[in-house]
Amino acid sequence: MPHFTLLAQSLLTGILAGALYGLLALGLSLSWGLLRLVNLGHFAMALLGAYLTWWFGTVYGIPPWWTGLFIVGAFFVYGMGLHWVFMRFRVAEMASMLITFSIAVLLESLLQALWTADFRRYETAWSSASIVVGPLFVPTLNLAAALVAAVLALATWAWLRFTYVGKALRAGAEDAPIAAAFGINHRQLSYLLSGLCAAYAGVAGVFIALIATLAPSEIWTWVGVVFAVVIIGRLGNPLGALVGGVLIGACEAMTMAVVNPAWAPLVSFSVLIALLLFRPKWV
Amino acid sequence: MSVRRLAPAAFFAVLGLALLAVPALDIPAFYVSFLYIVFNWISLATSWTILSGFAGYWSFGHAAFFGIGVYTAATLATKFGVPFLWTLPLAAGLAALLGTTIGFIVFRLQRLRGELFALMTISMTFVVATIISNTPIDGGSGVYLISVAVPELFGSPTGTIYVLGLAMAAVAMATAYAVSRSRLGLGLFAIHDDEDVAETKGVPTFRYKLAAIALSSGIAGAVGAVYSIYVSYVTVGETFEITVTMYPVVMSIFGGARHWLGPALGAVVITTALYSLASGPQAYIGRAVIALGLILVILLMPQGVVTTVLRWWRRRMPPRVIVPERIEPRPREAIPEASPHPVLDCRDVSKAFGGIQALRNVSLAVAPGEILGLVGPNGSGKSTLINVITGHYQIDGGAVFFDGARIDALPAHTIAQHGIARSYQIPRLFNHLTVLDNVALPARFGTEHQDKGAAAAEAMHWLAYTGLAARATALPQQLNLHERKFLELARALAARPRLLLLDEVMSGLNHTEIDAALMLVRDIRERGTTIVFVEHLMRAVVALSDRVAVLNEGTLIAVGTPQETMRDAEVINVYLGKAHAS
Repeated sequence: MPHFTLLAQSLLTGILAGALYGLLALGLSLSWGLLRLVNLGHFAMALLGAYLTWWFGTVYGIPPWWTGLFIVGAFFVYGMGLHWVFMRFRVAEMASMLITFSIAVLLESLLQALWTADFRRYETAWSSASIVVGPLFVPTLNLAAALVAAVLALATWAWLRFTYVGKALRAGAEDAPIAAAFGINHRQLSYLLSGLCAAYAGVAGVFIALIATLAPSEIWTWVGVVFAVVIIGRLGNPLGALVGGVLIGACEAMTMAVVNPAWAPLVSFSVLIALLLFRPKWV
Repeated sequence: MSVRRLAPAAFFAVLGLALLAVPALDIPAFYVSFLYIVFNWISLATSWTILSGFAGYWSFGHAAFFGIGVYTAATLATKFGVPFLWTLPLAAGLAALLGTTIGFIVFRLQRLRGELFALMTISMTFVVATIISNTPIDGGSGVYLISVAVPELFGSPTGTIYVLGLAMAAVAMATAYAVSRSRLGLGLFAIHDDEDVAETKGVPTFRYKLAAIALSSGIAGAVGAVYSIYVSYVTVGETFEITVTMYPVVMSIFGGARHWLGPALGAVVITTALYSLASGPQAYIGRAVIALGLILVILLMPQGVVTTVLRWWRRRMPPRVIVPERIEPRPREAIPEASPHPVLDCRDVSKAFGGIQALRNVSLAVAPGEILGLVGPNGSGKSTLINVITGHYQIDGGAVFFDGARIDALPAHTIAQHGIARSYQIPRLFNHLTVLDNVALPARFGTEHQDKGAAAAEAMHWLAYTGLAARATALPQQLNLHERKFLELARALAARPRLLLLDEVMSGLNHTEIDAALMLVRDIRERGTTIVFVEHLMRAVVALSDRVAVLNEGTLIAVGTPQETMRDAEVINVYLGKAHAS
């Protein structure tokens, strides 16, 4: 059994990493829950964002916040464009998975063509900075990512809960024709939401660049974990996505500390299986 | 068998024999290997389609089933010295076990089954890969099979691998063909279009999906076993590569995922295209092209090549179904002898959705041969009651008896087979099945489990009965609302139910159509079927009902003859407000 401080340290790291899962799951959960579109290309977009951050940062010396702003804007436009395609061709839920799966494969090829399959690491002044709290080290960048994830999740939750736009979106997801009969322009709102989801992928991408090592095939390692988070947090629920992410992150960290780091990829899958077996009404 | 049926069979037999002779000819090994690769993809794509194309549960994890096959064969052959051919059934069995386990977990869910299945299969691929590289199965460095003796079935090892690949393709295609022509296939096609309706018509959906995934994953496992001796050095990275998952999907969709021949055609075209495009370090270009192709195919030709061509072909050919000019009236079945039990007996039935009590202690018995009208304001629980009787919803309290036997805990398809059929207020037809097949399905899965020919005859009978015989080869989208409503009715009748539940068959019909519907309902009762019908149209309720039951906010407030209930103070209050009640 590892030492207690060590366990606490890895739990903390896991929670912070889990918040990043939550950030990634946020856009996915919203588009699945409120637009009925399952976006397998979400991770690929996040990774594209990460590569752009790294590339602008190391080659042109542009700091991540400026790149981040650009990415958020550009991705928002991409999200709206993607939604236009889905509306134009009346793409159903399952077909949306196939199309976005193809987008993910396309982007993986693009990343490989532009920046090869080698691992990339974005070294910045804050890469190894951390805050010391008692016996524990809190890595600054991970903490920042977690804070941004929490703020975005809370803000999105409040937006959906309390504003007209949010309520209209939820009504539209429940029953589009009825919502339309009450004068809700679901079409326009869904463009907004789709753009927003892609922008969230961009924000997640900036932090992935700052925290993780990049390789095009990383697209696929995130898929299973983040979709498990989306289901655990319940579709279309921003706070749920954050809580689910933290939960999975913590479980993974514990597995790494107590069992073996190599088994961490199995954690989210096992939790999801257990959930579906014992609480099938959850979904 | 007609020439039309025999010709394709002869064509495939000759093609198979010709391909079998290839290794004996003096053809460069390169071409033999290429053909093997084509067979490999034909088998994988075809096996994918048996579940994902037919039933619409898209698997993004075929690499996992394939990979399990690869590693089962590799491990058994290298570490335990098992003769290679013996590893094939084990590889198939293990892959099928994994498939049915995933299916068992996901297929039971009420919502998002399709999406979750797709996601679970993606994750499963990475989980299997992680397990294999973390354990001594390959220990992270791969397994050599170079020393494994390839059985000399057909001259050289290359020839043997070729013949095994050909055999796999033949098995996969024969299975897909057999399934698509069978009860199982019809059930899977119905599941694809509307799973809940399929279950209500008597299709054991859960079991059928498990059967389909077992076949699908089992074949993929066996294909993987053969592949292991072809590559002779297996690694986790290559075995579970994303392309192994992607190609079968692309090939099937491109060729036509609802047709047994579609995936094979797609596999031949796409494998050839890939081979001429790029390989080696530039492989990602090929991947990108395929991904782009997939997007275009889904957006522009979602049915696939084979289905599109077939549809075009059929439009130029006269329809194969011969519409009988006159339907012989079926001898009327006598109303069953006075039974000691009511046909339907609901006792204290309760059902809540969250905080809403949809049904509150509803007790209602329906006598044999009776027509009972079920009325009540919107949201009073009428449709919920029908959904409870047919087993679509589980009740929270009380009991439902059918002919004296308790049915409330039975799955919906068993209830349908006992003899309860329903129609839907808004027609829920199987959109990719012809009008004839829509009606033949309940005949095959309903009370009598008729075989294919008998079910088609039964279906034609009911189509003629409802005046739709001329539309037998059309697809449901080509019908107007009135025809769709009558198709719903024909579909309910074809199951030969003893109890028929009709949900607002009259709504949206004009006067003449309503008169026709009234005659039809009376006639159905004359044939010995007990009827419960939900209706807002009071003219129909009064004209048809022996008794009327009135529901309000989930409670049964009155039961009696139409005249009695229409005078009941509480009923008037509910319908017209307090002022009129006194």
